[in-house]
Amino acid sequence: MTTTNSDAVLPAQGIEAPRSGRIDPKYLRSNPSAGSFEMVAWVFMRVSGAALVVLIFVHLWVNLMVGDGIHQIDFAFVAGKWSNPVWQFWDLTMLWLAMLHGTNGMRTIINDYAEKDSTRLWLKSILYLAATVIIILGTMVIFTFEACLVNEAGELLEYAPAFCENVTQ
Amino acid sequence: MTQTKTSPGGRGTLYKGREGMWSWVGHRITGVGIFFFLLVHVLDTSLVRVSPEAYNAVIGAYKHPIMVLGEIGLVGAIVFHAFNGLRIILVDFWKQGTRYHRQMLWAVLVLWFVTMVGFSVRHLMTFFEGWEGF
Repeated sequence: MTTTNSDAVLPAQGIEAPRSGRIDPKYLRSNPSAGSFEMVAWVFMRVSGAALVVLIFVHLWVNLMVGDGIHQIDFAFVAGKWSNPVWQFWDLTMLWLAMLHGTNGMRTIINDYAEKDSTRLWLKSILYLAATVIIILGTMVIFTFEACLVNEAGELLEYAPAFCENVTQ
Repeated sequence: MTQTKTSPGGRGTLYKGREGMWSWVGHRITGVGIFFFLLVHVLDTSLVRVSPEAYNAVIGAYKHPIMVLGEIGLVGAIVFHAFNGLRIILVDFWKQGTRYHRQMLWAVLVLWFVTMVGFSVRHLMTFFEGWEGF
């Protein structure tokens, strides 16, 4: 199916090709500001998605594939990781990107399937509330975490990781 | 120029039916599943701020045999979503992306299978090594 651009298929003189000039706003599918948000969201899904592949694969590797795997995960393991600012930053980035990526995905799905305006509004309100709570909670946990917990007598709790004995004496 | 409703392969539009649609369905379902796990996972990790005992008790649930199988399912969903997501990026940004989107899905499935064999073997290995019975 090769169509040569002969004179026969060219538009008649005086009729502009589609979209060649200004389009009356009432014929646009969306207003320009809403369009730019969706564009930013579209780009964000791809950029954050690529980053999350690396962030989550390393997360799974370090937590499940090396060492004792699933059995190594306990309070001391988390404490050991978060004593290193690299892992704090790693988990913080993962938390924010994954939550925003997932929330935007859920937003898309709600927009696709919830046909009633009020249903969409309710579902998205619940979604945004849940996402906000989880992001703030997770961020606060990472930054306020205390690895070397002590009892009233000032002694280290038995769950404390080994390195605490050098820190608190 | 005759306009036919179906492409030469008889499959209709690019994404209707077959690989294009099913990868989209798979991407949605795995995405929703991962999202709900993520909510739970942030909550269970937050227990480190409640007490070491609370965290260890709840994280201990992940070491139950049934949960270990669940983890394989979860990682299966994550790995598919990850590889298919990279495929979507290639469909969008690579010049030949739409031409090879079917082949890339088969590549995703092969890579998924290889990754999951490796993960499952290693995960079950570490699980049985440290398992103290019911």
